[in-house]
Amino acid sequence: MFQATVHVTIKENVLDPQGQAVEGALHSLGFGHARDVRVGKFLELTIDGDNREEAEADLREMCEKLLANTVIEDYRVELVEVDGEEQ
Amino acid sequence: MKSAVLVFPGSNCDVDCLRAVREVVGGTVDAVWHKEEDLTGYDLIVLPGGFSYGDYLRSGAIARFSPIIGALEAANARGATIIGICNGFQILLEAGLLPGAMRVNESLKFICKPCDLRVENGSTRFTSEFEGGQVVDFPIAHMEGNYYCDDETLQKLKANDQILFRYVDNPNGSIDDIAGITNEAGNVLGMMPHPERAVREELGSTDGVGLFRSILEYHLKAQKESA
Repeated sequence: MFQATVHVTIKENVLDPQGQAVEGALHSLGFGHARDVRVGKFLELTIDGDNREEAEADLREMCEKLLANTVIEDYRVELVEVDGEEQ
Repeated sequence: MKSAVLVFPGSNCDVDCLRAVREVVGGTVDAVWHKEEDLTGYDLIVLPGGFSYGDYLRSGAIARFSPIIGALEAANARGATIIGICNGFQILLEAGLLPGAMRVNESLKFICKPCDLRVENGSTRFTSEFEGGQVVDFPIAHMEGNYYCDDETLQKLKANDQILFRYVDNPNGSIDDIAGITNEAGNVLGMMPHPERAVREELGSTDGVGLFRSILEYHLKAQKESA
């Protein structure tokens, strides 16, 4: 099986009001050198099976269908095998 | 005329919608649970506001996979009148029945207040009782109403007169002041403001009556023509 992680963030060309607010707060705390703050989501899940290619394809399908709204969001995935042998 | 108001777990404007449709449109008006799979025979289908599935993940993202959505797609294919209000609009966007997506309000605040809208197109099945350019007052109540679409989509929306309502004073950062849009065929409307909360003097505005009456007139005419 695989331990999967998914990062979802607002696309670069789409305004991220939360990221802007956080950046403003960082600046007011004196971290004026912090910039380009994007607020996103982090998801982790376990995928049963031992075929890495299938698991990764399934994970991308999950992102496209549900986990991210690709109109405004980008996603990136990581997959780590945690048990059993890879095919 | 037969109307349905869909009810998802977390819908909270379903009763207001049922009342508004019963009072203005009349005929048969049913509440339909999201687990149902059939919307055959309904002329009007309303997706009400609320917080379906607690807005988990994204507003409307999980409701969009409810069994009723398959039936909604079938109803869309036969040209039924479909209106999504607030969370209903968000569900229609997630389901791909309307283009674009919702972001959190620019102010990051939940905004609940009366709101002036300009009726941009007064010759649709949703707006025939209004004059084009008329300003109406429907309340808004949302946190994620900051409409976004890419430039190509926006040009299409404009070219096809799909933008039915614009905010007079944009409250949430929506692109091009958009408050409500239809699909290309013109049978599906999504809007963040709540016409069902503007159907009685006690509510502060009766402008919402015009929207529901427009839909009624459209279907009465269609019935006459098919008879």
